[in-house]
Amino acid sequence: MSLIVDHISYIYDQNSGIPTVGLEDVSLSVPDGQFIGVIGHTGSGKSTLMQHLNGLIKATSGTIYYNGEDIYEKGYDLKKLRSKVGLVFQYPEHQLFAETVFADVCYGPGNLGLSKKECELRAYDALRRVGFPEELIFTSPFDLSGGQKRRAAIAGVLAMKPEVLILDEPTAGLDPKGRDEVLGQIKKLQQEENLTVLLVSHSMEDVAKYVDRIIVMNHGKVFLDNTPEVVFSHYKELEEIGLSAPQVTYIMHELAEKGLNVRTDVSTIEEAADEIAAKIKDRMIQN
Amino acid sequence: MLRDITLGQYYQTESVIHKLDPRVKLLGTILFFISLFCFKNPVGYAIAIIFLAVVIFLSKVPFLYMIRGMKAIVVLMIITVLLNLFATKGDVVFSFWKISITKQGIIMAITIALRISLLIIGSSIMTLTTTPNHLTDGMEKGLRFLKVIKVPVHEIAMMMSIALRFIPILLEETDKIMKAQLARGADLESGNIFKRVKAMVPILVPLFISAFRRANDLAMAMEARCYHGGDGRTKMKPLKYQKRDAIAYIILFVYLAVSITLGRLWLFNIM
Repeated sequence: MSLIVDHISYIYDQNSGIPTVGLEDVSLSVPDGQFIGVIGHTGSGKSTLMQHLNGLIKATSGTIYYNGEDIYEKGYDLKKLRSKVGLVFQYPEHQLFAETVFADVCYGPGNLGLSKKECELRAYDALRRVGFPEELIFTSPFDLSGGQKRRAAIAGVLAMKPEVLILDEPTAGLDPKGRDEVLGQIKKLQQEENLTVLLVSHSMEDVAKYVDRIIVMNHGKVFLDNTPEVVFSHYKELEEIGLSAPQVTYIMHELAEKGLNVRTDVSTIEEAADEIAAKIKDRMIQN
Repeated sequence: MLRDITLGQYYQTESVIHKLDPRVKLLGTILFFISLFCFKNPVGYAIAIIFLAVVIFLSKVPFLYMIRGMKAIVVLMIITVLLNLFATKGDVVFSFWKISITKQGIIMAITIALRISLLIIGSSIMTLTTTPNHLTDGMEKGLRFLKVIKVPVHEIAMMMSIALRFIPILLEETDKIMKAQLARGADLESGNIFKRVKAMVPILVPLFISAFRRANDLAMAMEARCYHGGDGRTKMKPLKYQKRDAIAYIILFVYLAVSITLGRLWLFNIM
C-alpha cells in the first residue's frame, strides 16, 4: 500500500463568502504499480483530489498516508513527498519557463538538491523515456509543437523520479495521434518501471484501454471504484451523472438485446471485435 | 492562496446600494473623499463615520468582510501614524531621549489614521457593491462630456474593464503555475531575498507568456466580431437614472452640506 486516502473532505472558501464542498468523505487506497483512471465530470472534484495527494492542498478533515506516514503530521517533508508523488497538471506546457528544454527539465531535480551532473543525467533520461526527439533538447521550449511541449513538461516531472505519477488530463487539446502516443508511453512506463499511475480524464474511451481500475467521481464523492468491466456495466448510472461508457459497451449491449449472445463486459474495441467475430463464427457453425 | 484579497472585489448580494446607478456611487465616493479633506474639527468626522455606517448597513456587506481587505494597508497606516506622531512640532506633552510627542502630533496622527481608514472603507464600498462592468459603464457615461476635448472615453473605459476582468483570471493562473512549480519541488518560502526573487522566475515567465497569449486571443476575438471602438455602439442595458438615484443624490448633497458646514465651524475647533 503506497498511498492511502482516509476520509478526507475539503471545503473551498471556508472563511469567506459562500463555502462550497470540494470533496466529501473520500477514501481510497492506491497500491503500488497500479494504473488507475480517475473519471468525473467538470467540477466533480477529481483535480482537487489529485492535488491533495502530493500535499498542494490540505484537506479540511481526514488525512492521507504515504508509505505509512501521515503527510499532515508536523515536520513531514512535503518537498520530499512531491518528489515521490509527481503531479503533471492540466496543460503542463504552460509551466515551461527556461531557455532550453533541457534546462527546464533540470529544474525539478535541481530543486531536490542533487548535483548538477545527476540533474543532467536524470533530465536526459526523462526526455528519452517520454520519447522526446533528441535533436530538439537544446531548443527553446516555446518553439516546439503542442505535443512536444507536453512531452517536455511530463519529462520535467519524471526527472524527479516519482514513485507515483499523477497526470491531470494529459491528452487535453492533443490530436488523436498525439493522444495515443502520450497514453501509450505512459502505459509503457508504468509496466516497465512498475510506476503507479493515476490518470485523470473525463473520457472513458481514453482510459478504457490502459487502466486496471477506474474511480468515478461525482459531486466531490467517489461514485464508483472498480475494474473497468464492472464500472462500464453501470453505464446507465454513468449517463445519469453526465458521463458515458465507451461506445463498445453500448454496441455490445445492443447486440445482446437483439439476440447475439455476446459478453457485454468488454472494454476495448479489440476485445469487442474478437468477441463478436467468435460469436458469429459459433452461430455459423451451428447453422 | 491568493484568493484572500478582498480589497476591491465585488460582493454579491441584493441591496439598495447595489442597485444604485454606478454614476451615483462614483460621484458619491469622490464627494465623500472631498468632504474628508475639508473637516477641521471632530464633529465633521463623526458625521462622516455615521454616514458611512448607514451606507455599510444598507449595503448588507458584512463589516468584517470589508475590514479584512484593509490588512494590506496596515503597514502603510502604521508608518504614517508614527511619522506624524513623532515629526510634528508643537507643544511637547511627553518626551523621552531624543523623541518628543506633541499635542499637535497626537491630533495629527489620529486625524490621518481616521482619514486613511475612511478613505479605504469608502472606496471599498463602491467596489464591493458595483460589478467592474457596471463601474466602467458608469465611468464611460459619466465622463462622456470629456469627448468634446477629444478624450477617448470609450476606449479608456474598455481598457479598464478588460484590465479588471483579467485580474481574477491572472490570479487563478498564478495560483495554478505556483502549484505546478511547487509540484516540481520549487521552494518559494525559504532563503534570503535574492534567493526568493530568483525562485519567482519560474512563476513570472509562464505568467507573462500566458498574459500575452490571452491578450492576443482577446484582441483577435474582438476583431473577429468587428469591434471598432465606441462610435455608434449601443448597449444592451443602457444606464438610466431611477427615482432612487435622485433620492441618493439629494441625501448625498445634504450630507455634504451638513458635514462641511459643521466640520469647518470654528465653534467645535480644538486645534
